[in-house]
Amino acid sequence: MSAILKAGGLSRFFGGLAAVMDLDFEVNAGEILSLIGPNGAGKTTVFNLITGTLLPTRGRLQFFEKEITGLRPHDTAALGIARTFQTTSLFPDETVLDTLIVGFRCRTRMGLWDALLKSGRARGEEEKSRRKALETLSFIGLAERASELARNIPQEAQKRLAVGLALVTEPKLLLLDEPMGGLTEEENAGMIRLIRKIRGQGISILLIEHKMKVVMKISDRIVVLNYGRKIAQGTPTEVSQNSEVIEAYLGAGYAE
Amino acid sequence: MVLLLQQILNGIMLGSVYSLVALGLTLIYGILHIPNFAHGHKYMLAAFTSFFLVTNYHTNYWVALVIAMAVLGLVGMGVERWVYRPLRNAPHINSFIAAIGLLLMIESIALILFGADFRRFPPLYDRPIQLFGLSVTLQRLLVILAAALLIFLLQLFLKRTWLGATIEAVAQSPEGAQFVGISIDRVSSLTFGLGTALAAAAATLITPIFLVYPTMGSGPNLKAFVVIIIGGMGSIPGAVIGGLMLGLIESLGGGFISTDYKDIFAFGALVTFLTFRPMGLFGKGAR
Amino acid sequence: MKSGRTSWLVAGLIALALIFPQFVTNKYYLNILIMSGIWSIVASSLNLVLGYTGQVNLAHGAFFGIGAYASALMMLKLHLNFWLALPLAAALAGFFGFLIGLPALRTRGSYFAIGTLCFNIIVTLIIDRWEGLTEGARGLMGIPGPAPIPIPWIGPIAFKTLTAQYYLVLGFLFLTLFAMKRILNSLVGRTFRAIRGNEELAEAVGIPAMRVKLLSFTTSCFFAGIGGVLYASYIGFLSPELTDYHVSFDSLVYIMIGGVGTMAGPIIGTLLFVTIPETLHVAAEYRLFVYGLILILMIIYLPRGIVGGIGSLMGKKTKGVP
Repeated sequence: MSAILKAGGLSRFFGGLAAVMDLDFEVNAGEILSLIGPNGAGKTTVFNLITGTLLPTRGRLQFFEKEITGLRPHDTAALGIARTFQTTSLFPDETVLDTLIVGFRCRTRMGLWDALLKSGRARGEEEKSRRKALETLSFIGLAERASELARNIPQEAQKRLAVGLALVTEPKLLLLDEPMGGLTEEENAGMIRLIRKIRGQGISILLIEHKMKVVMKISDRIVVLNYGRKIAQGTPTEVSQNSEVIEAYLGAGYAE
Repeated sequence: MVLLLQQILNGIMLGSVYSLVALGLTLIYGILHIPNFAHGHKYMLAAFTSFFLVTNYHTNYWVALVIAMAVLGLVGMGVERWVYRPLRNAPHINSFIAAIGLLLMIESIALILFGADFRRFPPLYDRPIQLFGLSVTLQRLLVILAAALLIFLLQLFLKRTWLGATIEAVAQSPEGAQFVGISIDRVSSLTFGLGTALAAAAATLITPIFLVYPTMGSGPNLKAFVVIIIGGMGSIPGAVIGGLMLGLIESLGGGFISTDYKDIFAFGALVTFLTFRPMGLFGKGAR
Repeated sequence: MKSGRTSWLVAGLIALALIFPQFVTNKYYLNILIMSGIWSIVASSLNLVLGYTGQVNLAHGAFFGIGAYASALMMLKLHLNFWLALPLAAALAGFFGFLIGLPALRTRGSYFAIGTLCFNIIVTLIIDRWEGLTEGARGLMGIPGPAPIPIPWIGPIAFKTLTAQYYLVLGFLFLTLFAMKRILNSLVGRTFRAIRGNEELAEAVGIPAMRVKLLSFTTSCFFAGIGGVLYASYIGFLSPELTDYHVSFDSLVYIMIGGVGTMAGPIIGTLLFVTIPETLHVAAEYRLFVYGLILILMIIYLPRGIVGGIGSLMGKKTKGVP
């Protein structure tokens, strides 16, 4: 398996505080890699560094051998890195379908003149965006909710919509930040199915999740962070037997 | 050389006035997180209040100052209660627009009641005195001294009194302050009153030097905004230092480069800061 | 999509606007409508930035002024034809919009509003003081109206009569609205809404926020410039006060009262505020007082304006387009 994302010596300081320190890890093509660690271990910061929301103080990031350190979020998104947010982030006034249509914008090329003249390219891309949005809606199982307002649908559907929004950008790497936060057992299962379906499409997944049972079940590999540093990495079995990891969690491991 | 010192002194005087107005603005911003666009117009009302007190009712200048501060303080509290408080949870642009509406109303009231004429304050402290070889009117010195005194008193109030502490608490964390039982409503009201009173003081201090007329508020209003952007919105030292800086820039730029374009220096400075350092010198993070 | 009912209403209004001068030849009323038309173009263009990308741009008066002065100077000093000066002057306004947008759009909210306001002041000051170029406070006079357009076989269309000028302004208003509608209904328009709704999320899905905001800002300034050109040619006289930030404030009032983020809002707001005070012959100060009061009451109790309020009553989504 080849690595599509490589982080080397990644560090991020806030004043004197090291949120992430000297982090080396890789995400391999087609795998589900989970990032775990106690609260405040720096997991979301890693996501922010990868997408470019935050700039690293030190270190490098490469995506498909291409240097992406210092690129801004819209650039990394265009290159194929998509994400969801820990607190579900959606467009407040859009319908479910419109949300996905605008998500596909980065894959279209029409400009102001195309819009004014309603050129062939404009019409073609609008049609394509709509089709792509509907396809993604079916994929995530929200087709019946297409014309509802995104902010009015139930929380679980919102989480799926956020995943769908990331998916419609045609990413090669998907960063999911606690996609199962606040979900019931049954909803968890649904989300697990969805994540596996996504991997089945050939998309690599980097996952932050607190629910250990889920993490153990779904991950190919796990990276464990504590106080911003990597303390372990490996298969779920390897990691669950690592003494440092157990110590860091103080038995919070299989709580879910 | 004398000219330079003269300009510097003028700059400090102007700067003191700007600082006072900006202080009021920054206090209000610190609590309500909206730029109170109508601030300059309350300044204008204060000027008219003291003007009439002194000319028509022959009140002592300093008494008029205090009365003007009190009256405008109440006006400020009223504005907070009826215009800004209903908008506290709405998007910020709504408060901004309300401020514009308020500005239009106050300006029109002044025009209707007072007419558009320029009034001149009766000379009170016009005697020039010699200071380090410079000739200045006493009034100008008084502006600087009075402003410094007010700023000092404000600092004492904020740092040493319980009320002042509650204001700082709400500015830092409204939720936390509520948690310990502080009433946001009352603090907002008080802060607004205080901020407006400061502007009133500035107006009364400066008007004997310049003229009184209904549109006199817009200049200081904008300059005050320039000051708090340069100094940092919500920062008190920022307002003082920013005010002095602006006063000096205007005075020196106007004196030595061009009076015609002197206003441009102020706004040019603003645009520069906005571009390179939007949070200002002491700002607490861009909005 | 607009419901059938609304389409009929719009068609009816357009027809009314077209045949209006055939029945009403009173110069006074025609003049009011022409001015309303010009200010509607200015307000609608501001709505693009305010209602759709969510920025309070207070420099609008400056771009209106740049369009006005640029076209006037091109016609007076360079002897350019109106039809050449119009696009050039508007493009110049758009260009300045781009230049100002570059630093200004890096700021948000209140900072952006104040920064643009100060820029407006700087422009007004420069126009006022640079007498060599603009005649300063004396003002520019004798600005020619639009030159006749020769049409084969039928003969030239001249714009001397008030009626002809009404149709000219109406034509440009339709053009502006048409262009805006095309933009807003497109994928480009969707990105505007996305940025207004949640800028961070928009960036996360690959929308370059800065570039899009610049685009919307520049376009808005271009159309403001068109309004300026039309004003200059219609009135024939320009002075620096016209470029003042009160134009920005006025446009803001019209938009907010009419309904921000809607196509009809700015037009309704402009019509109300231009026609009613004129017909009531009320003194300027009282007018100002009423503006202010209405603005405050509206923003507290009816923040989506008249069109927004009606939309809520009918259960329609009024922000943005289908």
